[in-house]
Amino acid sequence: MIGKSMRFWIVRFLTIVGILLGMFFLSKIITDNLDSYYYQILIQCGIFITLAVSLNLINGITGQFSIGHAGFYAVGAYVGASWTLLWQPRFLHSAPFLQMGTTFGDAINLVIALVLGVLAAAMAGFVVGLPSLRLRGDYLAIVTLGFGEVIRIVVLNIDEVGGARGLSGIPTLVSTGGMAVFWVFLLVIAVVVLSKNLLQSVRGLTWLAVREDEIAADAMGVNTTKVKVTAFVIGSAFAGAAGVLYAHFFTGISPDVFDMNTSIVITTMVVLGGTGSVTGAILAATLLTSLPEMLRFLKDYRMVIYSLSLIIMMLTRPQGLFGTKEIGWKSFHRRRRTSAGGSAAA
Amino acid sequence: MNRLLETKAITKKFGGLAAVSDLNIWLDFGELIGMIGPNGAGKTTVFNLLTGVYEPTEGDISFADQRINGLKTFQIARIGAARTFQNIRLFKNLTTLENVKVAGHMNTHSGLYASLFKTHSQLTSDSEIDGRARKMLEAMNLSHAADIRAGDLAYGLQRRLEIARALATSPKLLLLDEPAAGMNPQEKQELMGLIRKIREDFSLTILLIEHDMKLVMGICERIYVLDYGKIIAQGNPSEISRNPKVIAAYLGEDYSDDTALETP
Amino acid sequence: MQALLQNLIYGVQLGSLYALIALGYTMVYGVLGLINFAHGDVYMVGAYVGFYACTKWLPFQDISVHPEAAWHNLGMAFITLMLAILLCAALGMLIERFAYRPLRNGLKDLDAHFWGFVIALPLTAKFITIASPFGLISFIGVGIVVGYVMRPLIKHLASRIKLTSSRLNALITAIGVSLLLENGGILLFGANPNFIPNLLPERKFNLPGGISVQSGQMAILAVSLFLMISLRYIVLYTKPGKAMRAISYDIEAAKLMGIDTDRVISFTFAIGAGLAGAGGAMVAAFTHIKITPLFGLQPGLKAFVAAVLGGAGNIPGAVLGGILMGVAEAFVAGSKYVSYRDAIAFCLLILVLLFRPSGLLGKNVVEKV
Repeated sequence: MIGKSMRFWIVRFLTIVGILLGMFFLSKIITDNLDSYYYQILIQCGIFITLAVSLNLINGITGQFSIGHAGFYAVGAYVGASWTLLWQPRFLHSAPFLQMGTTFGDAINLVIALVLGVLAAAMAGFVVGLPSLRLRGDYLAIVTLGFGEVIRIVVLNIDEVGGARGLSGIPTLVSTGGMAVFWVFLLVIAVVVLSKNLLQSVRGLTWLAVREDEIAADAMGVNTTKVKVTAFVIGSAFAGAAGVLYAHFFTGISPDVFDMNTSIVITTMVVLGGTGSVTGAILAATLLTSLPEMLRFLKDYRMVIYSLSLIIMMLTRPQGLFGTKEIGWKSFHRRRRTSAGGSAAA
Repeated sequence: MNRLLETKAITKKFGGLAAVSDLNIWLDFGELIGMIGPNGAGKTTVFNLLTGVYEPTEGDISFADQRINGLKTFQIARIGAARTFQNIRLFKNLTTLENVKVAGHMNTHSGLYASLFKTHSQLTSDSEIDGRARKMLEAMNLSHAADIRAGDLAYGLQRRLEIARALATSPKLLLLDEPAAGMNPQEKQELMGLIRKIREDFSLTILLIEHDMKLVMGICERIYVLDYGKIIAQGNPSEISRNPKVIAAYLGEDYSDDTALETP
Repeated sequence: MQALLQNLIYGVQLGSLYALIALGYTMVYGVLGLINFAHGDVYMVGAYVGFYACTKWLPFQDISVHPEAAWHNLGMAFITLMLAILLCAALGMLIERFAYRPLRNGLKDLDAHFWGFVIALPLTAKFITIASPFGLISFIGVGIVVGYVMRPLIKHLASRIKLTSSRLNALITAIGVSLLLENGGILLFGANPNFIPNLLPERKFNLPGGISVQSGQMAILAVSLFLMISLRYIVLYTKPGKAMRAISYDIEAAKLMGIDTDRVISFTFAIGAGLAGAGGAMVAAFTHIKITPLFGLQPGLKAFVAAVLGGAGNIPGAVLGGILMGVAEAFVAGSKYVSYRDAIAFCLLILVLLFRPSGLLGKNVVEKV
């Protein structure tokens, strides 16, 4: 048994090292060869994939109707940027290893910003998750939306972080050494792998059970309270991380970036992808991030076409692009959770 | 002590209305008990009280030597009381197998961290649960439907899956809420055999609510009759079928003198 | 004390407006369980109808030059209000028929043609000015062509659609409609803010205690109250109103009782949209607020919050929620925390829902086990 377990951990370790190295070189290649416009879209896609997949944990998998994800994204961005822009220079400007400007120092500071942003967003997620114990469906949705707006308005009123102007001149820690793709897609891989691991585990099934029927899940010994709050905490933690990376790549943030529309766009990605499907969320996030850019040649008509395509996609494919299906290594052998009869879910 | 479950004078009021009042019932280990009563007599409310969906307004419930009123549903489920639902409550978009695996999750020792990072211990514990769930399906004759979406199963199979799912929590006590509702006579016959079989195989204590007299009289050792939230009679099937109060509750006062309760 | 009363008056006026919009949300929610996100944009369209009626379509006179034309202008204002109600009601019905009904009943050929025309609009407008006869003809031509191209496609897709009753789908569709109205509005009306100049005589009434009320404020309040009372009459005593209530209890049972649910739902949308349109036109005309195509967003959101606050699906609840929110907002706006005025709505909502999870007047539905 011990031998088997050892072998498991060695394989796991090597996989992680392999992924890190692969991402490192991929990042170098992409940074050197990609036009800066497309490069930005790529980073944006990565950030929105993280947001959509993390919201999918709350919305799609656990079935808690949350439409305020931009709030957590904002918390992460602001707390992370506060570290690099305000706290680090004020309190730790002379600490060794923490100097920004060197590759190592930048990486360390980014990691600290990430840790702080993630913790703060997770805490916000915990607070927002609590009402989910009492509220259901649309009521929960409007409360999450409200929390998102409250967070934005509070930020708007804090002069320390620039109020309505926001923060600018945030150090571009993410891009140091051409590593932006590395950091952003590392986060994407993390959220995707964790979601998929969860979905493939028995514990993940209990999360789906909460979505399907809370009362029955309860009767089967599932601690639904814990599941719901955990989903909120993990989902918002990833949104926070995405926020930190956004702030340190685009170097400027303002409350407008995290308004209700952003929340709605993220929710749309989850639904359009097929509620609960990680693959769908990835695809929809990529599509909805790049579509407005691809439609740029239409100028004024761009957003009209965009909204039209949204409506028509919803009308012609109500179950989302992927339904509840997943594409993965296994799907070539068998399809998960596809309905045999094809009867409509009433 | 071989009492598994005992309620002491429990009362549940909704507003001013007492849905269940002064209820004293007990179950010994290994018994198969029926609970009957006209529609609206409060049978399902009793189940909800026993499983912690409602908290009793007054009185105590003890289960496996533990006072359980005030505990949450999932905590009671973990102590070992599993139930099925009158209006089937399956996880419709999960497969049959997955439904059973959800119930088996209590046997997993690995935490959330293990599931997220897919550790070795989690993989082994998950495959154990998978194996046990498949055995459970086999025991309930559902193996052929393991990968079908639960919502797409035929009605009778859904009822059976509910029982399988409840069994997968490895309960001491199984509460069946109208397991035969909507079944045809042949399916009912099979179900009776099945209930007897699982009681033996899993050494269970079973409490079942049922309207079908033939089924109740056929398999239960003891029967409680509930009317207007009160126990009006208890005893073995033949006693119950001759009890005038029961006949009155089912057929009205006029019949109570002369006719014995027929088993339809 | 004086400031308090003044704020209260402003709050009630603001609240009556929120209530007016909230009624549309709550009625649709009651009947369909749908959060009609596009409702705030209908309010915006109402404001634009008001703007065009006042400045272009109707012969208003400049009262600074002809003060005696006040009554004439008042008559015109009434027509403006009617126009806003009717056009917005029609818009509401269109939205219901072509965006939400397909989610319930599946796509039909007519849907292909309608969306064909909608798609044709930006396609044609990009090359030709539609306002010209040639532009109009080519728009119709393109619309028909796109419709016929889409028909087989939609037919093919419709046969494979699995209708779901998922709230999320409906919500995203509603968001799509909302975006379409906003961005379509930018194309049609332009992104620059417009406002309606002084067309009606304005008086300031001084009440005892140093409080004053504006005639415009009072007019908004009075019209809103009148419309709400009419609505109450419709819902309680007319046949479609009764049908509406029946549907909100149980749509399937209502169908079995012979109610043409689609028609009643359409009627519900018409009424809700009409009320929002009236609100938009009044605000534009009386407060001279700058209107932009995005101008319905905030009031729409707040009205929605008001509807939930009062208990979604509950008509008196929407009015109560609206007034409550208006007053709360007025007080915050009158205090030194004025920059938090947009947050108060949500704080109030979160607080109320924590204690009453189904809103103030909503029934707390406990799921039966």
